[in-house]
Amino acid sequence: MFQVRIHGRGGQGVVSAAELLSVAAFKENKHAQAVPNFGSERMGAPVMAFCRVSDKPIRLREPVMEPDALIIQDPTLLNQVDLFHGLSEKGYILINSTKSFHELGIEEFVTKFPKDHLTTIKATDLALQHVGRPVPNAPMLGGLAALTGVFTLEALAEAIREKFPGQVGEANIAAITEAYESTKSIMNN
Amino acid sequence: MLQQVEGSHGIAEAVALCRPEVISAYPITPQTHIVEDLGAMVKRGDLGNARFMTVESEFGAMSAAIGSSATGARTYTATSSQGMLFMAEAVYNASGLGLPIVMTVGNRAIGAPINIWNDHTDSMSMRDSGWIQLYAQSNQEALDLHIQAFRLAEAVSCPVMVCVDGFILTHAYERVDIPEQKQVDEYLPSFQPRQVLDPNRPISIGAMVGPEAFTEVRYLEHHKQLEALKIIPTLQKEFHEKFGRDSGGLVSGYRTEDADTLIVALGSVNGTIQDVVDEMREDGVLIGSVSICSFRPFPLAALREVLKKAKRVIMLEKSFAVGLGGVVDPNIRMTLRGISKPIYNIIAGLGGRAITKKSLHEVFDKAIKDELEGTHFLDLQWDIVNKEIEREKQQPRSGPIAENILRDIGSVASDIA
Amino acid sequence: MITQRVKFYQTDTFTAGSRLVDMESRSVQANMERTNSLNSGHRACQGCGEALGARYAIDAAMHATDNKIIAVNATGCLEVFSTPYPETSWQIAWIHSLFGNAAAVASGVAEALAVKGDTETRVIAQGGDGGTTDIGFGCLSGMFERNDDVLYICYDNQGYMNTGVQRSSATPPTARTATTMPVGPEPGNVFGTGKDVPRIAMAHDIPYVATATVANLKDLEAKVKKAMSFRGARYIHIFVPCPLGWGSQTYDTIRLARLVVECGLFPLYEAEYGEVIRVIPIRRQVPVEEYLKPQRRFAHLFGKKGNPETIAKLQVMADKNIQKYGLLKKGGEDE
Repeated sequence: MFQVRIHGRGGQGVVSAAELLSVAAFKENKHAQAVPNFGSERMGAPVMAFCRVSDKPIRLREPVMEPDALIIQDPTLLNQVDLFHGLSEKGYILINSTKSFHELGIEEFVTKFPKDHLTTIKATDLALQHVGRPVPNAPMLGGLAALTGVFTLEALAEAIREKFPGQVGEANIAAITEAYESTKSIMNN
Repeated sequence: MLQQVEGSHGIAEAVALCRPEVISAYPITPQTHIVEDLGAMVKRGDLGNARFMTVESEFGAMSAAIGSSATGARTYTATSSQGMLFMAEAVYNASGLGLPIVMTVGNRAIGAPINIWNDHTDSMSMRDSGWIQLYAQSNQEALDLHIQAFRLAEAVSCPVMVCVDGFILTHAYERVDIPEQKQVDEYLPSFQPRQVLDPNRPISIGAMVGPEAFTEVRYLEHHKQLEALKIIPTLQKEFHEKFGRDSGGLVSGYRTEDADTLIVALGSVNGTIQDVVDEMREDGVLIGSVSICSFRPFPLAALREVLKKAKRVIMLEKSFAVGLGGVVDPNIRMTLRGISKPIYNIIAGLGGRAITKKSLHEVFDKAIKDELEGTHFLDLQWDIVNKEIEREKQQPRSGPIAENILRDIGSVASDIA
Repeated sequence: MITQRVKFYQTDTFTAGSRLVDMESRSVQANMERTNSLNSGHRACQGCGEALGARYAIDAAMHATDNKIIAVNATGCLEVFSTPYPETSWQIAWIHSLFGNAAAVASGVAEALAVKGDTETRVIAQGGDGGTTDIGFGCLSGMFERNDDVLYICYDNQGYMNTGVQRSSATPPTARTATTMPVGPEPGNVFGTGKDVPRIAMAHDIPYVATATVANLKDLEAKVKKAMSFRGARYIHIFVPCPLGWGSQTYDTIRLARLVVECGLFPLYEAEYGEVIRVIPIRRQVPVEEYLKPQRRFAHLFGKKGNPETIAKLQVMADKNIQKYGLLKKGGEDE
């Protein structure tokens, strides 16, 4: 089982991201479960959502306590929320930021994780550029696919196309594709 | 067809496949997505002539459902939490009038303090209302139970609640198999009401009944549920034949055959429990679990059959009778009347408190050593509780409990569990 | 043979009856084919205004719809006295659910009929003032606001009579009830309270709102008939004296229903889509005392001590109504 926890703020599409991930996994004949950790929060409040992927049916209903991958859609949460709680030592970390881990001030903290499991993605910029709205959720998923190999770009694109048919979907697919490729190229360097 | 969809959407699809004629809806979290989806389907014309009523309250929702069902229309509504209480009077009325309404309950806690998250307090508050209550373990079962619910309701002329854990199921994206219309039509014949308001054959419905007949009328309501007890396994079997899936039934056991310890629970927590059972089995512990699907009628005989051989029974429930303990627990004790064995009661998951595998392992280990108290509150923070008790002793007017506790705990937004 | 043509000026009245009126213009109650929707043998008190009102109203609705009526009844006197099961006085399709939900149940019935494509059968919800203006008010307003195809009839006897005469939001000022006793500095129900539900109904801009009494049978029937000519939400508020709750003589029911109109305390009017379109003028205004005096619930206003100031306040209310609705205006439509 592969477990993803997505942190962000209300309005950033955190819940949609988890749902899209689960649909992408489903497209590849995997079992998946996406659950929002819902609160009564409004836009701007810290929110999170979970996605589990497995080859077997998923019965577990607890929140994702020990994620294999962490998506942080808003780096301002770094100082507010215990984002890394339960992350395994082989875990992946993706942060939406134009800055490096060093510039974010967590370089030392992340040394315990494998170096090729870490990346920052300028997801907000990519979203603005392609979709015209600062919603970083889709590009982050492109990065996750590149970094982990658990999800494919094709399946993600299919999931997006299904949820947002037409131009909005295509724009999002362009954004995740660019995020995917730039993450790949960083990894190869 | 297999689809990866939100639980609420799957339920809405299932209800739509049952060809409802009147849907009344009043929004309350976490039931909203179900009726929103159905509203869209009606507006698009996917459901033929069906009517979607946006009523002024849950009391209005159930009342409109009563009127529509009594006029011979297949009727559906959904609610949660405070809404369940707000419609309570009409809930009893619907069953008293024998109207086969189907209602989804997106299970949620009841305030004060106000809380939007999952537990079973809402539907449990209506356990004696004369409605049949079915609890879903997964989104697939939630979907399937709705199809069975209409058939069951109309077979015994009694309303049915399908209880689905709020957020945990209603808002979870999972793989579900949504049946074909043809399959559902074959399983669920069109609604043939037992009596109907019709100017051509006028009848009076809803008479007053005095002491001379009230007990008999009440017993006959009980009799209906006893009939349902026989019908539910048949419907499950037929459902399996038609759809190829095991959904519903009275109770379902998991690795029970040689189990010394059996955990009983309702709803989605059964999934987590089954994972724990598997893990403990790997360590050689003879443990199993039982999910109660039909809580009303309560399957005394079927459950007794499963539980009688175990050395101990653990009733884990998301409901709490303040001043007593568990709500389901006394039902289990009644099931095992005359059989002597330890029965432990665990109150868990109130107001959305996560029920984790870690906590379950700990508490099951304790129970197996027979070291658990009769009623155990899972993950209860005793330090917080004791502090407040102390504070109240010293300063009786120290303010409302909810606010004091939140001050002690500090910010909760960052906590995962 | 020499014949003399005689003209009866009072045909179709209580005095002369309807014999000389052509069939079409006769009242429904005078018609041999009246449906007796609320049949004799029910358990209402002698002189019950509500029983009269319900019988007139439902028979008129049946007449207007070719006998295609489903009625939904709120809990209350009307429900209790009409269905001492296994007996029922209702000759129509009838359901009782709860005290506060008649309007919502009726909406559900109307929607079910709509699904089934039955455009002939019409729905009536009915209840007393408690079930309408208080506990059923939310459902009533919802039914109005959605413009559901339901005629709601309120039989207003100004209190909770079924439970032993307690105050409702329709109880008039100074009236004695079990919860507004005639004691203390302001005896009986206090001034400045209560709600005017016909006006509130009008504020929903529904197709038709009317007030009526059991003293003016033809008017009541005409209003029900007119209500049935509209689709959508409609409301008729019928003033129905209650000898038990008011401490009035059982033979005074019709008289009180006439006096309440003639003194101005209960204006008779019709409204369409939120606007008053017609009033029943008063020929000769009577002082409020004439209406109040025969009722024991106002006894504390009379007798040795008397209370002329309070009576004067009630007279002001009556005068205000007369002015507001133009009930004494010359040239007003005559009945």
